[in-house]
Order: sequence, then structure tokens, then C-alpha cells
Amino acid sequence: MKPQRCVAQGLFEWPSDEPTVSGSRCDSCSFVTFPAQDACPRCGAVATTPIQLARTGTLWTWTRQRFQPKNPPYIGTEPASEFQPYGVGFIELPEGRIEARIAGDIDQELRIGMPMELTVVPFATDADGTEVLTYAFRPIES
Amino acid sequence: MDDVAIIGVGLHPFGRFPGTSAIEMGAKAARSALADAGITWKDVQFAFAGSYEVDNPDAVVNYLGLTGLPFTDVYNGCATAASALSQAANTIRLGEYDIGMAMGMDKHLPGAFAADPVQYGVPSWYGETGLFLTPKFFAMKIQRYMYDFDITPPTLARVAAKNYRNGARNPNAFRRQELSEEAILQSPMVNDPLTQYMFCSPNEGAAAVVLCRAEIAHRFTAAPIYLKASVVRTRRLGAFEVHSPWVPPERADSPTVDASRAAYEIAGLGPEDVDVVQLQDTDAGAEVIHMAENGFCKDGEQEALLSAGGTEIGGSLPINTDGGLISNGEPIGASGLRQIHELVLQLRRASGDRQVPGTPRVGYSQLYGAPGTAGVAIVST
Ligand SMILES: [Zn+2]
Repeated sequence: MKPQRCVAQGLFEWPSDEPTVSGSRCDSCSFVTFPAQDACPRCGAVATTPIQLARTGTLWTWTRQRFQPKNPPYIGTEPASEFQPYGVGFIELPEGRIEARIAGDIDQELRIGMPMELTVVPFATDADGTEVLTYAFRPIES
Repeated sequence: MDDVAIIGVGLHPFGRFPGTSAIEMGAKAARSALADAGITWKDVQFAFAGSYEVDNPDAVVNYLGLTGLPFTDVYNGCATAASALSQAANTIRLGEYDIGMAMGMDKHLPGAFAADPVQYGVPSWYGETGLFLTPKFFAMKIQRYMYDFDITPPTLARVAAKNYRNGARNPNAFRRQELSEEAILQSPMVNDPLTQYMFCSPNEGAAAVVLCRAEIAHRFTAAPIYLKASVVRTRRLGAFEVHSPWVPPERADSPTVDASRAAYEIAGLGPEDVDVVQLQDTDAGAEVIHMAENGFCKDGEQEALLSAGGTEIGGSLPINTDGGLISNGEPIGASGLRQIHELVLQLRRASGDRQVPGTPRVGYSQLYGAPGTAGVAIVST
């Protein structure tokens, strides 16, 4: 098995059979932010507590990223001819709407309102062969 | 009360100009605005210049003249030109100066913008994982809007086809080729539901506007155009915005809605008074959404309005008569002043083949872009 790393420390809890994404909750007004940050964008307080966001929600909107993003900031290094398009969406969770890659076949049917669950996917490979992982949501099989 | 007038507008064509720098384009636009106003650079008492690519667009003085004037550079995302215009107008309102210039210039590489997400207040992983992209935000915004308000892909194609048609009549435009709705729908899908020909491209160009205190405008022209309002707003908590990986459950209107309402109030006018409109059409979907966000129709009415040709040059609500961003491209620093240039020509009835019929009195322009900033200007005869 190839070595793997998370794209950013503290972004999501992994390894885990049921990974969760990390956010923060304002100690003053309970406002939830993702990613976690130490200042509240609603009330300006500078005291927040880490939380883990819900793992399931519904698809609020979506698109497909069909052209290769520029590197940098994108860290995919595949030649343009090998670029694999990916889905992107906002998933409505109880705490708010989170932007994420959509895991699964690029041509899978996506519908606003469909149930989605969190997963972790490899999306790039470092020069030393290490796979880079990020969080994503995938449709829940009905 | 009218306090600020526009007495000159100038443009360097939008497109790609190998060998010509952004600052040289800015100088050409400025000279053209000076000639239009019938003044010289020495008469300009202060200036604001906007650019994304050029750190110090005030270096345009190397070509226009080192007169020592106070000259301030501004950058404010896609609302850069609106910010230059607002600052110039406010400087006249402060009473210290009578005549000033707002200009914008840019020279972008082809392709979608690439930048460091950290500079936009979002973490590095957002760019590393391929999420720091503006086109897919606009795609997701119109995707949800189409779902909520029954807008169909042919309506998106109608917007783009109209803007190419208008651009074909504009000698300063970048893409001057008419395209059928079918060709637009059949072009490669870029970010569903938006196809290649539904998007504008970053490119090159410059624009400039000469402003003066309204009381002295008649020294320069028999037909000044008054700047009734020029407003910039940023996103509020709960708005669905570009470069934001999180939207809280609470909802807020977009900064365009906020800027629009403020501009109407300052101008003492409403959408029913507007005769010619320039909207930010980063993509065809953005124009559809912005029609409602600026008060020109209710959400969902775009479908019928577009199919009846209502936003054509001869329609009840002409939008992007010079081809908009889709046909002109987007040199960020100049884009909003191109809009003002077009509105001024329309209100002077000097737009040639693309002149709206009748006697237009009120023009309206709107900019929107990263990281959730909007600008609205209202001009009138
Ligand atoms: Zn708070």
C-alpha cells in the first residue's frame, strides 16, 4: 500500500472508519465555522472550541470541475491529458453548508436534495509517491 | 442634487495586445477620455487608477505627464473599477478638487485566474485540492438558482448569444463573432451547467473617465452625464459567496443586492426608471441572477423575459449593449469603467449600431466578484 498523508493537519479526523471534518463553535454566540478558526465571523469573539461536523447531509448545489486547475495552488501534477474531472458541491449539514469534492464516477447522477455522506479520497500524489488525501462527500446508495 | 458629472470617457479596446503594456493601454484610454472632455492632462487635479496585475498603475504619468498630481492606486477584486470611480467621485464631493480622473487597466494571461488562497483568507488546502476556482462557484450558484426558479439551459444560451450579437456591433469588443444559441449549448461543458461559450475570459484593456464638480460641467460639455450614485458593498454573513468553503444556515442577500438598494436610494431612482443596463456577466448565469439581484425582475421571470427578447438592444430592458464581459472579456481593473463608458455613449445617443432606441435618460451598472464584493453605479442625463 502506498504511503498516504492528509492534505492539511486538523482538516478532518483520519484514519477512521467514519471520518469527520473539523470545525469550530464560537464560545460567545455558538456560531459554527468551517474550517476551524479562532475568531468568530458573526460576533468577532476570539474564543472558539473545536467540534466535529455531521457526517451526512443533502446536496445543496453541485457542478463538475472539467478543466485542470492551475498548479499552484492546485497540487495535482498529472499531465493535462490524464486529468480526471471531479464533482464539487455544497452539502447541507445541520450546522451549515460545506463545500467539498464529490467522490465517485464523474458521470454519476447528481440531484439537489440527494443524501450524501462524508468519505476520504486520494486526489494527488507527491513526488515521493505519497498519496494525498482530502475529505469528500459521496451519494448514499439507496 | 447632482454633485458630480462625467465629462469625458475613453477606452483602449479590450482583447489581447502582445507588446503593449497595461500602463500603455491605460495612457491611451486616459488620452481618449481627455480628448472627449476637451481638456489636457495638466487640467486633471487628482486621479485614481485600478489594476490587478499592475502594482502601481499611477506609473501611467510617465506617458501622460509628471504633473505632480495626487494619484492613488486601488485594487478591490472585480469591483476595482467601481472603487476607483467611487473614490474619485467622493474626492470631488469633499470639495478640495474640481476635476479628476478614474482609470483602470489590466493585462491578464489567458485562462482562469490562479492565486494564493491564503491571500483571500482561506486555507492553502482549499487551493491544493482544486477548489479555489471562480468558474465553479458561478456554476454552483446558477445550478441552485435554476433549481429554485425553473430557469433552463436555453435561457443561459440566450444571454450569451445576445452578448455576442451586441459585441459584434462594438468595434472595441474582444469576441466579435456572433454565435447561435445551439453552438453555445453544444460547446464543451466547463462547469455544469455552464459551457465554454457561456463564460467571459480574463484579457487586456483599459478605460478612463473624467469627472468634475457638477456646477462646472457645462464649461466642458453641453450634455454632461451625472453620476447619481456609486456604491461598493462586501458580503454579509450568510450570503453564498465565491471563495467561501462554508455557508451558515442563516441567509443573507448578496452584496449586489445591498449595493443596488443603497444606490437606488442615494439616486432617488428605482429599477423602473432605468433605460439601459450593464451587469456583471462573468458567465451567462451571472447575468440571469444579477437581473433579479438588481431589481429588474423577480426571481424566475428571466425565463419569459429572455425568450421575448426583453433584454435585447431594442427590448424593454436592454442589458450589456456593448456585449458585456462575455464579449469584451475582463481586464479586472478596467471592466467597470468600460461599463460606464458604454452607458455614457448610450445616454449621449452616440452608440452607433448598438444604440438603444428612444431617449435613454438613466443608465445602471453592476460589478461583482471575489471575494464577495459588488459595485453599483447609476448615471443619468
Ligand atoms: Zn460568535
